Amino acid sequence: MSTRDLFDTLTAKLPQFELEYLEGKDPAILVRAEHLLGLALYLRDEGGYDYCASITGVDYEDRFEVVYHLCSMKEQGPPVVLKVHAPRENPEVPSVVAIWSGADWQEREVWDLMGVRFSGHPNLKRILMWEGFEGHPLRKDYPGPVDEYTFS
Amino acid sequence: MTQQDMVPPELQRNVLITPVDWIYNLGRAGSVWPTMFGLACCAFEMIVTLTSRYDLARFGMEFMRASPRQTELMIISGTVTKKMAPQVVRLYDQMPEPKYVLAMGACAISGGPFKDGYNVVPGIDKYLPVDVYVPGCPPRPESLLDGVFKLHQKMRNETIRTSPWYRKGVERELPVPEYGPQGLVLPKGEKSA
Amino acid sequence: MTELKTETVTINMGPQHPSTHGVFRLILTVDGETVVDVEPVVGYLHRNHEKIGEKNNWIQNTPFTDRLDYISPMSNEFAYVLAVEKLAEIEPPERAKYIRIIMVELNRIVNHMVAIGFLMNELGCFFTPMFYCLRWREMVVDMWEMTAGSRMMPNYFWIGGVAADLPPAFLPQCREFVDALPGFIDELERLITDNEIMQMRCKDVGVLPPDVAIAYGCTGPLLRASGVPYDIRRAEPYSIYDRFDFDIAVGTVGDVYDRYLVRIAEMRQSVRILEQALRDLPEGETSTPKKKKFVAPVGDVYHRIEAPKGELGFYLVSDGETSPYRYKIRAPSFVNLQALPYMCRGGKIADVVVVIGSIDLTMGEVDR
Repeated sequence: MSTRDLFDTLTAKLPQFELEYLEGKDPAILVRAEHLLGLALYLRDEGGYDYCASITGVDYEDRFEVVYHLCSMKEQGPPVVLKVHAPRENPEVPSVVAIWSGADWQEREVWDLMGVRFSGHPNLKRILMWEGFEGHPLRKDYPGPVDEYTFS
Repeated sequence: MTQQDMVPPELQRNVLITPVDWIYNLGRAGSVWPTMFGLACCAFEMIVTLTSRYDLARFGMEFMRASPRQTELMIISGTVTKKMAPQVVRLYDQMPEPKYVLAMGACAISGGPFKDGYNVVPGIDKYLPVDVYVPGCPPRPESLLDGVFKLHQKMRNETIRTSPWYRKGVERELPVPEYGPQGLVLPKGEKSA
Repeated sequence: MTELKTETVTINMGPQHPSTHGVFRLILTVDGETVVDVEPVVGYLHRNHEKIGEKNNWIQNTPFTDRLDYISPMSNEFAYVLAVEKLAEIEPPERAKYIRIIMVELNRIVNHMVAIGFLMNELGCFFTPMFYCLRWREMVVDMWEMTAGSRMMPNYFWIGGVAADLPPAFLPQCREFVDALPGFIDELERLITDNEIMQMRCKDVGVLPPDVAIAYGCTGPLLRASGVPYDIRRAEPYSIYDRFDFDIAVGTVGDVYDRYLVRIAEMRQSVRILEQALRDLPEGETSTPKKKKFVAPVGDVYHRIEAPKGELGFYLVSDGETSPYRYKIRAPSFVNLQALPYMCRGGKIADVVVVIGSIDLTMGEVDR
């Protein structure tokens, strides 16, 4: 099903979510952070989107954006794109680990490198950098590391 | 003129050391065992060097031992990241002497293409003393063989008289870096050289 | 008789270990010899591809994608170049498309050979099958060196085509390779498939049921061995895969043995595709005219391909500059590795090693 058709179906069935359609080469559906879990559950159970392909965090000037790419194993085709916005101070988005278990490490990576917190995640620890590291390196305003060497 | 007269007096006491050196170094260079320690892409070219086409085994490096206690050569093949650097130095400290380090590939020499990374150590020679550098990204197996020959040559030219392994009072345990809040830090009390 | 009081023990299979494929740490909680829990710790090869990718311009990122999954560099470049071409709406010429398919399918064969070689290593057959498989990798790598200039990091795919045309000696050598390969796969199967040790150590080890595999986001041979016939070359055909006739190998049980059989079958299907591609290779140019400065239009795309290890996707965000604004790599091994604790619980410590070998990891991809 194309994203336009899916968007029309969703706005007809679930008007309370107030979804928005974003144009582009890969059209996307913008959903509010508080409605994400409800929409994700609907997409998995009724829509058949049982495979969460990718979760990405993007750092824009005025906001953080978390982009979800979801696919259906049965009706194969291009993924459906969901976008969620989060504010720059204390960005927080609900976690979809309970819906797709494969989101576990991908959300930990977004937390580690971008600093977007996922509420409800069972084990939100750093995954690529070490525990005790301060800062979120993939942000645009990351200052840079400071090291000490044995032989300089 | 006897042989004794042909050798100048100041070198006469070396005449006994030289054949001992020669046999000792021949034994060491003929059977160097590397640590099985592949970090990244260069590790794969190192594995290929051990296979039948390039065959590192004919030069004495038959096994790659997993345990550092049984090896002499550490081939740092691949990028050393800050998360991995303490482990690398700890493994080096665990190797028995005489020990050597061969930095294989651009990443081990200077950080390589990833030098600008926030998690990349710009060259393992910031934490370990390196004997041979083999450039390339990745170096061809023939380049690695050439590096190994240079190491053998270096081993053959060493003499027991001046080798650091038999000196007393030389601090040889390298400080192991620790994870700090913004990068790696040396343990308290250690200063950089 | 009173019960003996036992405790679980925590063991560290540290980053330097002969059986972990690269630098990868496992914290095992064991009760005797039985594994209770496995916690993988990754990040020891985190080389900041994504941050460096934002600094490089679009063309400079291609050699960096080689270093992601360094066993199959051609597939990584293919995924990146296709994503950029989707963003900028560039269509490469026909000959370039066929050459790309030839290189990528040769890559798939190399990857599966190395995967089977490493799986045999984990079973204890230390290096002899690896020597067999690497001998055939050498043939492919010689062809890559002839065409692209380098054995391992070819940097051959350009945005809009390929870097150079095939040299005259390539086609006869490739045809010879494709003709001889089925005989070698038969020999490998004769030695390994019905081997008693292989059957005892790999059957019913590391079973992954299909619904668990889909929930964890596993793709590639791991998913197909569990019985789910999902292959992106058929699900969302990209490039010219819809012109080729090939089957999808699907397993039944989802254990290590099935994954091995799926890889053998995929190699045979790659030979089929190669025969068709070599037969239909047209004449013509190999790339669109190259520009010194490449600027992509504003927008964001996600493009995915069926890499030998699973779904490799690139999510690129462009703001009209010469370098990407956000460059995200969706690596198959990173997502597949999440299923490891599920597959290892209840097994023995030796089985953990075999399961890792069957997932076919490359740490360059997991940590990026």
